[in-house]
Amino acid sequence: MAAHNLKHALFCAIVTLIVAYPILGFNLVSSGTDIILEGATTQTVISVLLAAVVVFLFQLFRDNIMALLGKAPALNPLANRQPMEQSKRLKLESTILTLIIIGALFWPFFVSRGSVDLATLVLIYIMLALGLNVVVGLAGLLDLGYVAFYAVGAYTFALLSQYYGVSFWFALPIGALLAALFGLVLGFPVLRLRGDYLAIVTLGFGEIIRILLNNMTSLTGGPNGIGGIPDPTLFGMEFGRRVKEEGNTSFHETFGIAYSSEHKIIFLYLIALVLAVFTALVIRRLMRMPVGRAWEALREDEIAARSLGLSRTSVKLSAFTIGAFFAGFAGTVFASKQGFISPESFVFLESAIVLAIVVLGGMGSQLGVILAAIAVTILPELAREFSEYRMLIFGAAMVLMMVWRPQGLMPMRRIHIELEKQE
Amino acid sequence: MLEVQNLSMRFGGLLAVDQVSLDVQEHEIVSIIGPNGAGKTTVFNCMSGFYKPTSGKILFEGHEVQGKPDFRISRLGMVRTFQHVRLFNRMTVVENLLVAQHRHLNTNLISGLLKTPSYREREQKSLDRASYWLDRVGLLDLANRDAGNLAYGQQRRLEIARCMVTEPKLLMLDEPAAGLNPAETRDLNQLIVSLKEDYNVSVVLIEHDMSLVMDISDRINVINQGRPLASGTPDEIRNNDDVIKAYLGEA
Repeated sequence: MAAHNLKHALFCAIVTLIVAYPILGFNLVSSGTDIILEGATTQTVISVLLAAVVVFLFQLFRDNIMALLGKAPALNPLANRQPMEQSKRLKLESTILTLIIIGALFWPFFVSRGSVDLATLVLIYIMLALGLNVVVGLAGLLDLGYVAFYAVGAYTFALLSQYYGVSFWFALPIGALLAALFGLVLGFPVLRLRGDYLAIVTLGFGEIIRILLNNMTSLTGGPNGIGGIPDPTLFGMEFGRRVKEEGNTSFHETFGIAYSSEHKIIFLYLIALVLAVFTALVIRRLMRMPVGRAWEALREDEIAARSLGLSRTSVKLSAFTIGAFFAGFAGTVFASKQGFISPESFVFLESAIVLAIVVLGGMGSQLGVILAAIAVTILPELAREFSEYRMLIFGAAMVLMMVWRPQGLMPMRRIHIELEKQE
Repeated sequence: MLEVQNLSMRFGGLLAVDQVSLDVQEHEIVSIIGPNGAGKTTVFNCMSGFYKPTSGKILFEGHEVQGKPDFRISRLGMVRTFQHVRLFNRMTVVENLLVAQHRHLNTNLISGLLKTPSYREREQKSLDRASYWLDRVGLLDLANRDAGNLAYGQQRRLEIARCMVTEPKLLMLDEPAAGLNPAETRDLNQLIVSLKEDYNVSVVLIEHDMSLVMDISDRINVINQGRPLASGTPDEIRNNDDVIKAYLGEA
């Protein structure tokens, strides 16, 4: 055992050296027209060596360290408490949620413009993650191309406004429905696929949409994207300094207050908040309806579900369609928030991040997914000081989560149903 | 009620089922027995629509059902259980029974979102039926446990209850006594007989436990190496020379 540990530890230390030295040690420095390769400074060499030693020691005493860590939860006073009674828990949950929503309604009036902007982005990710949660968490269909539906929603609004001058409020349902239609279209060819195969096909689909947007230059402007997407209006009131469209009035003039660019940001935030709450409520309802149970049944055992008369076609397609619908929602809001979109906003990394949110939050759990969306969007912003190590920290956090809490931040809790004895 | 005529199923070069015929009348328990690998489960898979038979006919209440999709066959009232229990493990016991009653999802999507009275009434009916069957198989106290955490015998009973909430006309049980202890097998015996007597369900049974088969079957079909070997009442089968040879070998 000890010999095996030693070998393994040595191996890990060497791998650390091989990986770390070239990445951290070598620097490309431009001098005039040439690029010179500079060797590592002594300081870097020492820290790389130190890191290798740490890895070596950790791997050597890994079993002892892990055993110690295993005892750590015992220090947590909340670890072994009895689960709360369901009625109590539900009441507590709904009280907390109501408070959070009320707080979220008033919060933007007291904070900086940047925070509100970030919060809008968080809400967009919440919508995306809740939608993907239906497909991945509930129906168990691994979708790696989810960003495609997000793009469909965003581009629907952008194109409709550019060519037909359609406003945000008209484009919102159209974008969502069109995204849902794309979900349906993708659903058909992948009906028979599951697991890895499904993941690959959806990955391809996501790329197809992005590449189409990139290459249909005459329609979408290709990589140049589409700009000048209008902001939402409130009953015909615009939020700009001057009214752009005839017949509209401007918000600050109607209410006789001074113009402030913050009004628009806060208004967008409130729209995103309302839509996110709407998304959460609808999906929460669906989860407790026959269709929601059918999704889960399909995830648990497709053959048994079919043997009980559930049609695989309608269950899978409904999951894909409803997931895509909410991505379309999020896309429309995103387009309006940015005012400019290009295919670059819809790369595979976006799909991966949304998927990470769902997995981190706990598959199928709405509250968990919402928390994870907040964490994943805000943490990189907070870690801005570490600039280039941001993604490294993000990655490390994910690995640690998966090691210590593979079930997610807040795993899904099943609803208890009171039954009356029947005669 | 059910008539299987000259059913054959070929996998590549292997003829797994060869010209098997059997029939089930209303209010009857019919068993299929045979050595391991004889093709019993393949016959079941053809009947329940999981396989499309190579040739032959399957008539359920006079309609041809061979080659129809599985979920359609089950909606006609032919529901099966599995040799290895297949429950929705991470769902609760009662949810398992609710899912089984959700055949028509699309009709109540909007009414469900709005919680209309007719939707509530339907949900309550499903709940009542679920609770009735849970009580019937002795699992009412465990209604909110995860199905995957039940003991094996309980899982078997839950699987049968899950079939029964769909109100089938014909129940197909694939080795329901596998892995059960003698006491549990006796309970199962009573349950199956009561399904026939009290709920007017016909049963097709694949089983290795001979005491169970001989006790409750009205008729028995024996299959050996994919071919029908004999059929008749339990007494006839017990004394059939071919069956004894197939099971015990020839001296």
